[in-house]
Amino acid sequence: MELNFSKRNRTLIIKIDGEIDHHTCEILRGEADCALEKMGGKNIIFRMGGVSFMDSSGIGAVIGRYKITQRLGGRIAVAEANDRVQQIFRLSAMQSLIPSFPNVDSALEYVEGGKE
Amino acid sequence: MEYQNEFRVFFAAKSQNEALARIMTAAFLSQYDPTLSEITDIKTAVSEAVTNAIIHGYEEKSGDVELFCGYNDGKIYIEVADRGMGITDVGQAREPLYTSKPELERSGMGFTIMETFMEEVRVESKQGEGTRIYMEKTLTTE
Repeated sequence: MELNFSKRNRTLIIKIDGEIDHHTCEILRGEADCALEKMGGKNIIFRMGGVSFMDSSGIGAVIGRYKITQRLGGRIAVAEANDRVQQIFRLSAMQSLIPSFPNVDSALEYVEGGKE
Repeated sequence: MEYQNEFRVFFAAKSQNEALARIMTAAFLSQYDPTLSEITDIKTAVSEAVTNAIIHGYEEKSGDVELFCGYNDGKIYIEVADRGMGITDVGQAREPLYTSKPELERSGMGFTIMETFMEEVRVESKQGEGTRIYMEKTLTTE
């Protein structure tokens, strides 16, 4: 798994390439939380266009980050996820908390629409 | 059961071997001309079962995970087993969103995913002896 971080205002954008499982989630969690704290951000967008595999560990990691952004008064969104990744999210019935967008721009519009 | 082909491996209950289990399963499967979606379904189910063995069976301590793949007459048979602590209440463990380890950010969706992507999922578990998950899926023939 490869992670690339970028920032836009108070939103951390995490581009994930490769496989998301229990093993790689440990890395994802640590690096994401560290990057969010360092930038003083409150929103997270997961760019998942390059995710070739994801199991339920991915749901756990995203829900964990959702809880963190909630505490900060921020929002979380998924962008560019393929059908398979969206299917995994749908199974957990989490779309209302973690909405999925076709691209980063629409995800940004959503997360930045949250209360200041 | 007699299988036309099969393999059985044991590997250390380490999280980096979750990918290894998926790769071995996919390589075995590829001999039987599965669709891309069938490969992903089976890989995802194996990943869930192996992760359960590592996190819940052995609680991330040392142990061996057993992976079996069998093929017979258009059907794939999978077994994932550990000799760890066993599941206290299998019915509860299989409920969607139930997790005994929320502190590890587990989603509680492992069994639901196995049941969604495989035709049959059977669980045998004994406290203090371990858990064995049996899964089956018929491959589509074109």
